[in-house]
Amino acid sequence: MEVMSKMPSPYLPNTDADRSAMLREIGVSSIDELFQDIPERFRHTHFNLPQPLSELEIKKELSKLASRNASLDNYTCFLGAGSYRHFIPSTVDHITGRSELYTAYTPYQAEVSQGTLQTVYEYQSLVCQLTGMEVSNAGMYDGSTAAAEAAILACMITKRGKVAVLNTVTPTYCEVIDTYVGGRNLSVETVELNSNHLSSDCACLIVQQPNFFGYFEEVKAYVQKAHDIGALLIAIVDPISLGLFKPPGDYGADIAVAEGQPLGIPTSFGGPYLGIFTCRKEYLRQMPGRIIGKTVDVDGKPGYVMTLVTREQYIRRERALSNICTSEALMALAAAVYLATLGKRGLKQVAELCYHKAHYAADAIGKLKGYSLAFQQPFFKEFVIRCPMAPSQINEALLKNSIIGGLDISHMIDNAMLLCVTEVNTKQDIDRLVEILGTL
Amino acid sequence: MSHHYLLPDISQPGKIGCSLPQLDVSPAELPPQELLRQELELPEVSEVELVRYFTALSKLNYGVDTGFYPLGSCTMKYNPKWHEDMAKLPGFASIHPYQPEESVQGSLQLMFELQEYLAELTGMNTTSLAPIAGAHGEFAGLLIVKAYHRDRGDKARKKILLTDSSHGTNPASVVMCGFDIGVVASDSEGNVDMKSLDSMMNEEVAALTLTMPTTLGLFDPQIADISQLVHERGGLLGADGANLNAFLGHVKFGELGYDYVQLNLHKTFSTPHGGGGPGSGPVCVTENLVDFLPSPLAAKDNGKYTFTSPAKSIGRIGNFYGNFSVMVKAYAYIRSLGAEGLKAVSEDAVLNANYLKEKLKAYYYLPYDRTCMHEVVFSGKWQKAKGVHTLDIAKRLLDYGLHPPTVYFPLIVDEALMTEPTETEGKQTLDAYIDAMKEIAREADENPEILHTAPHNTPVRRLDEVRAARNPDLRWEMNSQRRKE
Repeated sequence: MEVMSKMPSPYLPNTDADRSAMLREIGVSSIDELFQDIPERFRHTHFNLPQPLSELEIKKELSKLASRNASLDNYTCFLGAGSYRHFIPSTVDHITGRSELYTAYTPYQAEVSQGTLQTVYEYQSLVCQLTGMEVSNAGMYDGSTAAAEAAILACMITKRGKVAVLNTVTPTYCEVIDTYVGGRNLSVETVELNSNHLSSDCACLIVQQPNFFGYFEEVKAYVQKAHDIGALLIAIVDPISLGLFKPPGDYGADIAVAEGQPLGIPTSFGGPYLGIFTCRKEYLRQMPGRIIGKTVDVDGKPGYVMTLVTREQYIRRERALSNICTSEALMALAAAVYLATLGKRGLKQVAELCYHKAHYAADAIGKLKGYSLAFQQPFFKEFVIRCPMAPSQINEALLKNSIIGGLDISHMIDNAMLLCVTEVNTKQDIDRLVEILGTL
Repeated sequence: MSHHYLLPDISQPGKIGCSLPQLDVSPAELPPQELLRQELELPEVSEVELVRYFTALSKLNYGVDTGFYPLGSCTMKYNPKWHEDMAKLPGFASIHPYQPEESVQGSLQLMFELQEYLAELTGMNTTSLAPIAGAHGEFAGLLIVKAYHRDRGDKARKKILLTDSSHGTNPASVVMCGFDIGVVASDSEGNVDMKSLDSMMNEEVAALTLTMPTTLGLFDPQIADISQLVHERGGLLGADGANLNAFLGHVKFGELGYDYVQLNLHKTFSTPHGGGGPGSGPVCVTENLVDFLPSPLAAKDNGKYTFTSPAKSIGRIGNFYGNFSVMVKAYAYIRSLGAEGLKAVSEDAVLNANYLKEKLKAYYYLPYDRTCMHEVVFSGKWQKAKGVHTLDIAKRLLDYGLHPPTVYFPLIVDEALMTEPTETEGKQTLDAYIDAMKEIAREADENPEILHTAPHNTPVRRLDEVRAARNPDLRWEMNSQRRKE
């Protein structure tokens, strides 16, 4: 038989002697014979890939690539808009780094998966406590797909085919909702509802609290508007804000979703993140995604299993409520460890730090000549400033000073920038930002 | 701390698991009371108690690092440790998705190159890394099919054909994309029944989704005829690429006639499964479908890397660009193995599966007795005749310290045991598994009771799933009432 490669691979434990012995047992003379079902003409194709490198060499290359990025360890950043910089206690990384947890898969064999299963049960519980909602699933891809799946669930519950999205929802979320809802040949409508009624054929109204621009909506009025026509209210929330602000369960949301990334998950250029999905108990049997339940074993010992699986694709196939299978289990674990580490006091403190620092920054920037706050409503950690020049120009100048400024939203509001301030931004960071803005 | 406790049981008022900074600015006025939360009840635990609690839980789990994990169709291969270190480099982990492009050139370059490598490995034109998991990639692929036919002005194609051995996600994805389903039968050899395909493939069919090798672990030698038939009648051919480990570095989907394929980086490209994610499910397409890919794509323009949006894109399928840290690990894998190394991967994967097949086929019924690819599907029907079910066999394997194969799938095999050893297991491990399976076959004859009552030495034994579903207990509740008790 052929020798596979010059150096043995660290990931292939078979020796050439093993391979020969195995081929003999199988009764073939070469590995090539095992590929005989593949027509000959497809088998000898060329692959144009770079030459392999050793661990040492590729580590150097990857470090070089990483150093071509402006890491937020070295830059001060004021970006938010769906991905948030928050302090991550080391407990999170060390526990999610337990290889018994991260090298396992979906807990199909519950008897040897109690670690995964019980931590998900903790996650579901913590998320319900945080949101004030009755039930939570085990997590979805990200906040935007959770919102899209929520819209589809609302259509199924109400048997209506139109989804209304308030015009202050994060634009990229609207795009994802559009893709998902359009996939099922249902329709989406962006609405502005100050004095208008919601049309009676809507399955749901999607409201973000605080909204894309950072300020709080008068959400109770929207709940009323939705319920008046028999539609569901879907709230998209910021989980950190819930340390201080009213949770969706308190204002009557029927489904509440969130981007779970702020709960102990690094920004990582946009993923992996976590879609938090919660709803009223009455929708439990229609809820998409995995759900873990507590039960007992044959000896009466408590234990955990995947439950209500008849909703899921691997049992129900085309009648499943969603195609979701592999999701973000490790990220849900990170969120559970984060919430447990901070606890009731810690989460409140983080929320307060964000609130006060953001207001300190907004106040100082608002006093600068040519700058003003675009909205007067109460806000949490994000706010929009109108600038005296193009935000792209400002961001360029800031970048030269190792500061990554806010998100340029001048395509939505003239010369506007969406800034986010969290507990990781010090007074010194904020003062420097204000100082540089003042000199432009 | 025993795992019979939950966080509220170890919570005591006044504890916290980390320290936080003090406020360094003057406090602002709080907003109106009606916006504020009245009560927040979360557990309060110290750092050491928290760490011990979760460490105790982790010890109840079985992962690839614990031992052999031949879960069919899931490709539970070993995950190199240094990949984790690379994904955690601050330059990768600590960057915001909306940073200016000039400040994330390293990430964009990595994504661009990974797109190219995956296109090369599948024989496709372009890759989108946006899908977050395999099923998400299927969803993207089918939306592309829909957009392609619409763009041609062909509105009649409302059906997707699947085979009866397909993954559960396949039909579920079809429904999510607003299509109807047609199911093509398999023949007695485990291949596509060409008569069935011929009778179903008409002008209403938008595409055939065909996993290759099939979920039976078999390569369908009729693939060229299948492709020709589907294309002649105006359809597209798509692959659920979950089983790419079978011919990685040997065969290109594009050359087999496929129009698109969705991959699973967490399977084939050795990124960890995380207990059920995060994964990554890139979709690779031929030239005629590039314009429909989800947005955004990483592109190279005059030596500078940037994001672009394809002209007729199906739109955005996730909030950002996909699971970036998973991409870093897959990139590391491809760069460290190269074309030859990847070829060696599938060779050992196929060798290992055929070895298991030969050594166990005298003990377990083999419904398709032919050379298999990266996995072998046995049936427990000989044991069933003696009152022992595949579930019992699986549970007994746990007593031997081994993770069972995928059971009761594919659906077309009675009492299925779908076994995928992967290339990262050596002959010694396989022999230990073979011995255990032989022993279990003997037990099924001589002492079936021990199988019915298995497992015996796991942290918990068989769990009451009926009770869990009838009286759902899905969370603990903590309120000030309880805390006072």
